[in-house]
Amino acid sequence: MTNKTSVKTSVVMALGALGVVAATSSHAADLVIATVNNGHMIEMQKHTKDFEKANPGITLKWVTLEEGVLRQRVTTDIATKGGQFDVMTIGLYEAPIWSKKGWLKEIKTDAAYDVDDLLPAIRSGLSLDGKLYAAPFYGESSMTMYRDDLVKAKGLTMPANPTWAQMADIVSKIHDPAKGVYGLCLRGKPGWGDNMAFLTTMVNTYGGQWFDMSWKPQIDTKPWKDAIGQYVDLMKKYGPPGASANSFNENLALFNEGKCGVWIDATIAASFISDPKQSKVADKVAFTQAPQAVTPKGANWLWSWNLAIPASSQKADAAQKFITWATSKEYVNLIAQSSGWHTVPTGTRKSTYANPEFQKVAKFAVEEQKAINSANPNDSTLPKSPYVGVQYAAIPEFQAIGIAVGQQMSAALSGKVTVDQALKTSQTAAEREMTKGGYFKK
Amino acid sequence: MTRFLPRALMAPAVTTLFLWMIVPLVMTIWFSLVHYNLMQPGDKTFVGIENFHYFITDPDFWPAVLQTLELLGAVIVITVVLGVALALLVNEPFPGQGIVRVLLISPFFVMPTVNALLWKHMMMNPIYGVLAHVWHFFGATPVDWMTDLPLFSVILMLSWQWLPFACLIFITSLQSLDREQMEAARMDGANALHQFWYLTLPHLGRSIAVVVMIEMIFLMSVFAEIFTTTGGGPGNESTNLAFLIFKQALMNFDVGVASAGALFAVVLANIAAVFLIRMVGKNLD
Amino acid sequence: MSTPYPNGFPYVRTFFAWAIALLLFFPLLWLGLTAFKTEMQAIAVPPQLFFTPTLSSFVEVQVRSDYLLYAKNSLITSVVSTVLGLLIAAPAAYSMAFFRTKRTRDILMWMLSTKMMPAVGALVPVYVMAQTTGMLDSLTALIIVFTLSNLPIMVWMLYSAFKEVPNDILEAVRLDGATVWDEFRHVILPLTMGGIASTGLLCLVLAWNEAFWSLNLTSANAGTLAALIASYSSPEGLFWAKLSAASLLAIAPIIVFGWFSQKQLVQGLTFGAVK
Repeated sequence: MTNKTSVKTSVVMALGALGVVAATSSHAADLVIATVNNGHMIEMQKHTKDFEKANPGITLKWVTLEEGVLRQRVTTDIATKGGQFDVMTIGLYEAPIWSKKGWLKEIKTDAAYDVDDLLPAIRSGLSLDGKLYAAPFYGESSMTMYRDDLVKAKGLTMPANPTWAQMADIVSKIHDPAKGVYGLCLRGKPGWGDNMAFLTTMVNTYGGQWFDMSWKPQIDTKPWKDAIGQYVDLMKKYGPPGASANSFNENLALFNEGKCGVWIDATIAASFISDPKQSKVADKVAFTQAPQAVTPKGANWLWSWNLAIPASSQKADAAQKFITWATSKEYVNLIAQSSGWHTVPTGTRKSTYANPEFQKVAKFAVEEQKAINSANPNDSTLPKSPYVGVQYAAIPEFQAIGIAVGQQMSAALSGKVTVDQALKTSQTAAEREMTKGGYFKK
Repeated sequence: MTRFLPRALMAPAVTTLFLWMIVPLVMTIWFSLVHYNLMQPGDKTFVGIENFHYFITDPDFWPAVLQTLELLGAVIVITVVLGVALALLVNEPFPGQGIVRVLLISPFFVMPTVNALLWKHMMMNPIYGVLAHVWHFFGATPVDWMTDLPLFSVILMLSWQWLPFACLIFITSLQSLDREQMEAARMDGANALHQFWYLTLPHLGRSIAVVVMIEMIFLMSVFAEIFTTTGGGPGNESTNLAFLIFKQALMNFDVGVASAGALFAVVLANIAAVFLIRMVGKNLD
Repeated sequence: MSTPYPNGFPYVRTFFAWAIALLLFFPLLWLGLTAFKTEMQAIAVPPQLFFTPTLSSFVEVQVRSDYLLYAKNSLITSVVSTVLGLLIAAPAAYSMAFFRTKRTRDILMWMLSTKMMPAVGALVPVYVMAQTTGMLDSLTALIIVFTLSNLPIMVWMLYSAFKEVPNDILEAVRLDGATVWDEFRHVILPLTMGGIASTGLLCLVLAWNEAFWSLNLTSANAGTLAALIASYSSPEGLFWAKLSAASLLAIAPIIVFGWFSQKQLVQGLTFGAVK
């Protein structure tokens, strides 16, 4: 008896659902926006009504996903011309690759938008032949965040541009596991955007690179050995347990609980650790540049989340309107008025940093801007490199190479293999992928 | 009439499944024989077994195969043994029997990705996880689950997730156990162990076979939990075949190699199925 | 039966059953507790068992996401696919259980083998199929995928349930001149209600929690609760309290559904005991 009634209700519901689906898909311009679930994007969703009021006839529909899933979803869609999304949020990694393939529509801007206000490093990463193909919504670099109180308590000072040697010294002295403080927290979870983002910058500053000018992977060279060796050594001595599975969020949780002395990671962390609503040590943090070794080149990474329009889009005009709205100076002001200057999306426009109100509430703004300005995706390694990107190489094969190498680095960190073995295995994996991709012949 | 009816009854299931199977399968076989990378569309040149060769010469391939089987075996054994034990435990009435049954089945309701994150952060983190706290309470150093025992941690998570499934099936099956037969055996002097071995276990034979085969099918292609927690590492210690396919399909966007990998997975699954059917298959009839 | 415990009060059984059940349930309990914490409390070291609860995470989930749309989509796709699946699987299972042939075991194995291809390997073929038939971002596509994905499971479990019916009862009824339909309605259905109910419940949950196809085949309109959860997973920033709240909200409809159909479920689960 239950079978019969539930069958009936289900059929009714199904018919109803089909009816609803048919009814809702007939609006003038429904923009489907795929975006990442970071704080700034969530904030943007809350202001949907503001955009819709200013642009009647356009409604916004949001698909919010975590970064990895988002990337897979939009790449699959754009490569198969699925047409599911009218606006895509892509990273600084995808933008050069996709624009070169002609997958994106040009973003046309007017004088009011002031495209020269965009930070040059990011703007160049998003442009091809002088044309802008994605508009940056949020940008970041990496920097050192540390516990001022712990450093001062040992009578030390953190330099403005520390070297790795200096950092090692400071970290060793503030490391105090008996009191639950670990000297250094760094990423360890395998992933091209997880541990490898940080490790690439470390390798850069030790004078290394991913590929030489003939695209041969350089993982088994001295700069890599020095960098990774230093990383593993420091983390084994002064890192928290479980480091080889920790990424941004885990380290954030540890730092907020007061468990980390020094943390080198994305600049966005600064706003979290200074927020008394989620950090126990909000008033005890200070900032400085990421450490260097042999060269300052490539020590600070560069990343931005950007809005782009697929080339096959039927709603390019509406999408264009939305994108220029979301990345404009007016938008920054809108966020400032509604939730305060400390919540505005940063890392994209010079005018934001120049604003005195912003400087007042964002203690870390100075260091953040310095870090972003020092990053140049076209020149981030000591020896010349054929690829673009600071903490990654903007080639399609990089994701798979990055995670394979990341797995090995994680193994070295956890002591399962030696650093040499990890580098050798990584070199083999990278050579395999690059040979398959046709970049170089072994 | 008697020949027609059975066939007619099976027809909807068989035809729909056949269509569902054949179209993706044919496409996958086609893709595995060509060079097809989503990032380089238009290029679909025939390359024969090159994709297969590439997939199988991955240094992680054989460890992945081994670990897939380890994962499979361990989770199946744990869930079946514990599942039977728990089903027996809650089979006789006791206060709160109904609630206990619901508690046992509840982990199955939670989404797998949430399960993975729940275990990784809230339970297993060596600093702020609950297990770490428990270890501290007993004065021991907390175990660094993801680093030192990655595959075991994944096995633990998956067993926790699938135990409710096994429990539910076994609890249901035990309901139809013949009580009179049990009583008769008891009066004949058979003790609990004998009752279990000669009466209960054979009765459960079929449901055990069902649980084993269904779990095998699901556990073969598990990768979301691994990706979220250990990223396949450290090294390749928690990589399985599905993770390798995932790497090719959704990191490299190399549909050709991913399809070749998928066919390898099908072969492995068939081998495992043949092996398992030999062990439990008789009970199906 | 004069007392509910004819063999004496089961002290040992009660103790172990409760202990193990609570132990296994504990992570879920922790998830539930975390939903009522602030992000800061969620990462506290040592973990806090007692704290002042707050609804802020739930409020944020409500404000931020279109929960009702996702819940509705999940409900429709899960229920319809389960019912559809049962309607297709039951006759097949019936046929295999009661009209057994040499080929029966082969067909069972073949059905299971349709699930051997990892979903991630078949993503592009299915995505292209869905795109050519214009079914991307539609509930229909999800319903079809869920039904066909769960069909082998249903056939196997229903087959197992039907096989439990003892032959002598069937023969007795057939001797009395009952038709196949009578046989099914009056004998087999009541006896196998437990198996059918648990099959339905399990497949409902499998469809409910399905995340791979739900995320890849949908965008703005047909997203299910899997999409809700995906929007709370691993952003840059503390998220565990919100994710716990979102997970509770994601489980809620199914718990409610389970609660209301509890009577039938329990009836079904215990019916077989009455011989």
